[in-house]
Amino acid sequence: MPGHSIGAVAAQRAHFDQPLQLRSGGVLPAYELVYETYGTLNAAKSNAILVCHALSGHHHVAGHYAEQPDNIGWWDNIVGPGRPLDTDRFFVVGVNNLGGCHGSTGPSSINPTTGKEWGAAFPIVAVNDWVHAQARLADLLGIDSWAAVMGGSLGGMQALRWSITYPERIRHAIVIAAAPKLSAQNIAFNDVARQAILTDPDFHGGNYYEHNTRPVRGLRLARMLGHITYLSDDQMGEKFGRELRNGSFGFDFGVEFEVESYLRYQGDKFAGYFDANTYLLMTKALDYFDPSRENEGNLTATMARTKANFLIASFTTDWRFTPARSKEIVAALLANGRHVSYAEIDLNFGHDSFLMDDAHYHAVVDAYLRNIKL
Amino acid sequence: MTHTLGRPDFEVIAGWVEPGHRVLDLGCGDGTLLKHLIETRGVSGVGVEIDDANVLAAIKNGINIIQGNLEKGLDEFADQAFDHVVLSRTLQTVRHTEGILREMLRVGREAVVSFPNFAYWKNLRSVLDGRMPVSEDLPYEWYDSPNVRFFTLLDFEALCAKMGLIIRERSVLDEEGNPVACTADRDVNFLGSLAVYRLTQPR
Repeated sequence: MPGHSIGAVAAQRAHFDQPLQLRSGGVLPAYELVYETYGTLNAAKSNAILVCHALSGHHHVAGHYAEQPDNIGWWDNIVGPGRPLDTDRFFVVGVNNLGGCHGSTGPSSINPTTGKEWGAAFPIVAVNDWVHAQARLADLLGIDSWAAVMGGSLGGMQALRWSITYPERIRHAIVIAAAPKLSAQNIAFNDVARQAILTDPDFHGGNYYEHNTRPVRGLRLARMLGHITYLSDDQMGEKFGRELRNGSFGFDFGVEFEVESYLRYQGDKFAGYFDANTYLLMTKALDYFDPSRENEGNLTATMARTKANFLIASFTTDWRFTPARSKEIVAALLANGRHVSYAEIDLNFGHDSFLMDDAHYHAVVDAYLRNIKL
Repeated sequence: MTHTLGRPDFEVIAGWVEPGHRVLDLGCGDGTLLKHLIETRGVSGVGVEIDDANVLAAIKNGINIIQGNLEKGLDEFADQAFDHVVLSRTLQTVRHTEGILREMLRVGREAVVSFPNFAYWKNLRSVLDGRMPVSEDLPYEWYDSPNVRFFTLLDFEALCAKMGLIIRERSVLDEEGNPVACTADRDVNFLGSLAVYRLTQPR
């Protein structure tokens, strides 16, 4: 795909004083969101695209920080001048969700009423809460209606939720590698991940900050498990096979197979910077996500509220949210006569395919976005 | 005679749809027919296509396209969601012939099917001369053909009778895309290169 990176970017911070009522029953009296924007909002304010992040993502979607040239946004390959989210045409917004650990108010932020980290006192946040918070950010930026809301995985669920919660404020929803709700197997994987964190002796009921420690072992295991579900069997086979680090069996429990080395490295890296409480919250947001609950499990009835046009995309090797899960969304939209296109993209990278720089995948997103009238 | 977008069956199909109708085009390619029907006949439309390049082209054309395999049915479409379900020059490439015809009439009030007629006299002559036919309507060599079912107009009508489908209308075109003038089944089967049918089923 032609085009190039947006280059140096800077994060911004917005403070919100209006209390946010949460789905869990809790209330956030005030909160902050960190966000980044790329490109220019046009005079009609009709060219804004919100990019929603997935479980471990954040507001730094594209470009790099001037002082940190290696800190490149997590979806840089799709955003920039001449790229599918063409910043010469669109005003792209990335935001770190509530409960996150990259600057927006979350469990590791200071609770103003106690002067200490929120920790276990931070309320459970739902996808719809994020959408409401993002809507307030849109208000602040003067955006009445997004040209598109877009995301992969949990980010795609936010795009879907936007189309239901604020049908008048979203013209296109681009929902990639997502599902209308988690399966029992999806929830099961999430629970094992949570159990790894919750049973870590360093978890301290979620208030590990005041013990000057972190449940690194639990978070590491959670990430290792999660990482397996992001990759495809074929890809792991091609990448690691049964390769041994030292060429022969050691007959011990050290790192022997390359795949073990890779997973431990990924686990260690993640546990080094991510907040365990945020991980717990993100997995619960996934588990609770099910817009069809509002209509006794009837997704078609729920999608009747939408007014946007949709691009739904899935990946052939994604076994976490299979193409069949995306087609549930497609069917509910078709039954309502909505404008929807669906692409089933043949890519070998499992669930993580949505982050890959694939020519056909990006061409599909590019073609869809080019037809959006501003 | 010049034909819409070089596809004479498209003109026949365009004549059978009405403004406001909902049209599903199976194997819609780059969405040319749907785009034509939307722009000139005021229908709303959705296409189904398996090929990546065609899906991309259809999105570029602004067509609502669902990527999928016709052999696996039309599960994502509700019963009677469409007025017309079009299968244009594709039936001969589908293995589950009866399955797709049943699915078309499950999701739509009417099935519109066009296909090349293997009994067209030039095709027969080609076989008599010892070679498989290659023509405007059968543009493939035997070794690279996507076609898996080889049937004639009368074969198709026999299948419709066996399945209890009602043929509402039949339009048969010669190789130039002109309607075949005669009406006797045997003659039409011999002179028609491309057949277009409107099917329904008793409700």
